[in-house]
Amino acid sequence: MSRPARATLIWRGVGRWWPVAIIALFVLAATFAPLLAPYDPNYQNLIGRLRPPGTVSRSYHYLLGSDELGRDLLSRIIYGARVSLIVAFASVIISGVVGTLLGMLAGYRRGVTEIIVMRVVDVFLSIPAVLLAIITVAVLGPSLFNVIMVLALTRWPRYARVAYSQTLSIVTMPYVRLSTLMGAGAVRVLFRHVLPNIIGSVSVVATLEFGLMVLFEAGLSFLGLGVQPPTASWGAMLSTGRNYVATAWWVATLPGLCLFALVLAVNLTGDAVRDRLDPRFR
Amino acid sequence: MQGFLVRRLGQALITILGVATLIFFVQRLTGDPTYLLVPETATQADIDALRHALGFDRPLIEQFGGFLADLARFDLGQSVVQRVPVSTIIASRLPYTLMLAAGALVVAIGIGVPVGVVLALFRDGPIAKLAAGFVLAAQSMPTFWSGILMIMIFAVTLGWLPPSSTGGFSHLIMPSIALGLLSMATFARITRASLLDELSKDYVRTARSRGVRTPRLLVRHVARNAAIPVITVAALEISNLLAGAVIVETVFAWPGIGQVTVQAILARDFLIVQGVVLLGAFVTVLLNLLSDILYSVVDPRIVLERAR
Repeated sequence: MSRPARATLIWRGVGRWWPVAIIALFVLAATFAPLLAPYDPNYQNLIGRLRPPGTVSRSYHYLLGSDELGRDLLSRIIYGARVSLIVAFASVIISGVVGTLLGMLAGYRRGVTEIIVMRVVDVFLSIPAVLLAIITVAVLGPSLFNVIMVLALTRWPRYARVAYSQTLSIVTMPYVRLSTLMGAGAVRVLFRHVLPNIIGSVSVVATLEFGLMVLFEAGLSFLGLGVQPPTASWGAMLSTGRNYVATAWWVATLPGLCLFALVLAVNLTGDAVRDRLDPRFR
Repeated sequence: MQGFLVRRLGQALITILGVATLIFFVQRLTGDPTYLLVPETATQADIDALRHALGFDRPLIEQFGGFLADLARFDLGQSVVQRVPVSTIIASRLPYTLMLAAGALVVAIGIGVPVGVVLALFRDGPIAKLAAGFVLAAQSMPTFWSGILMIMIFAVTLGWLPPSSTGGFSHLIMPSIALGLLSMATFARITRASLLDELSKDYVRTARSRGVRTPRLLVRHVARNAAIPVITVAALEISNLLAGAVIVETVFAWPGIGQVTVQAILARDFLIVQGVVLLGAFVTVLLNLLSDILYSVVDPRIVLERAR
């Protein structure tokens, strides 16, 4: 292979894989936050409040500046990645599993099960998700666990709908019918024959939902309904940074930039996964 | 057609009933909803009195009946904090949210549809790639971040636009853009898909073979057919805009129902929150119904298919 050709190939690889690299970067930052963060994210250095990126105050080196309580912004951003990713991962997995199981069941059992599950799905989908999340958090009270539960509660119908419609068509396939005739029960049919066939579509939904969940968590935190202070969350950091837009641009801009980069990378990956697994969408 | 309408209307009613049931149960997730309605400083006697006054000590089924009966009369209860009917509070703020949603819809359609056309016509060209990047960026941008960035650039640094609150037309510009950008992506995607679908049809090839040029082909032949999905999506996007207003109104201190909701949560004025959610769900169901009917009017094949 000639040198320029190899260079193009590498370059093409970079072009395709950089979203994954960004996600990996955030995952690494979140996992090893205690090792990577230069300072304690909650340590308040009240003399060094709202210092611009790159300043030194009382032997503190603020690489990305400090917030209104003199806390190191870089450390808070690194710890904030934890909250975003934990909430998104957990809520996507819970809502994905619950939604897929219910959708498969509705598509397989038909009859009363189908009517009940799909009606409930319709009801959930007709309440704007943001509003349903807000009212549920208002009842339960804000906390990390509750935010995950609320997002799972509001999002499972998405998966249920996809799983349901795919199951409907797969169940009528001759080989599935044959396996039923040969005595396969619901569990065997659903997990041996249906699940492997729908897992692709479900993962497409899951990747696209992941980005949305990151935004939802940040939105709830922004409104004060997410993880409670002093725990660092990008949405909450944006919310306080809003008060200092005229004097300290970095407090709101930098966490927002991370949020944007993460969601953009997830969406790009989601599009790529969709093209791979589900050619009909192309 | 009539059978379709009746069935669809029945479905909508059942969904509304389901929404009310869901909200009723969400309200009781922690057991006693009285605690949602009292300030943290309330004494046990106050709580007991309020529980009795609101009927939360009655059997659950009775409470549910009362809840539904109130809803049927459009009675959303009275704000415990402000001592004003919830419907009055919502009604006084709703015009602002509608104004904002209208502005956002103009932004979303005004940018989204042309971008979608570009995406469909220049499929893999450099312009389309640029447009696709723009759509993806808009989709990944949290509204509260784009809002804050706009305030920083256009209000604080350049001083062109007022940073927040209401006033003239200039106050509406930034909130509308912040709220509209997300829906813009939806419109661009739908327009692209719908146009590509339409362009692959036989009548387009025939028209092309007769020598009809692209602009004329688009305006005279394709536009109307391709517009159908776009119109139905518009109906559905309105409810998304209303929900998104909660955050945008907070960023720009816009006095609509979103701001009221957030304030109500912080003030533990639960009935307002519940009223807004019920209203949002009601509007969504209504718009869904409307979009289905609209669809069946412009495309009669739908009714035939569903009747089968």
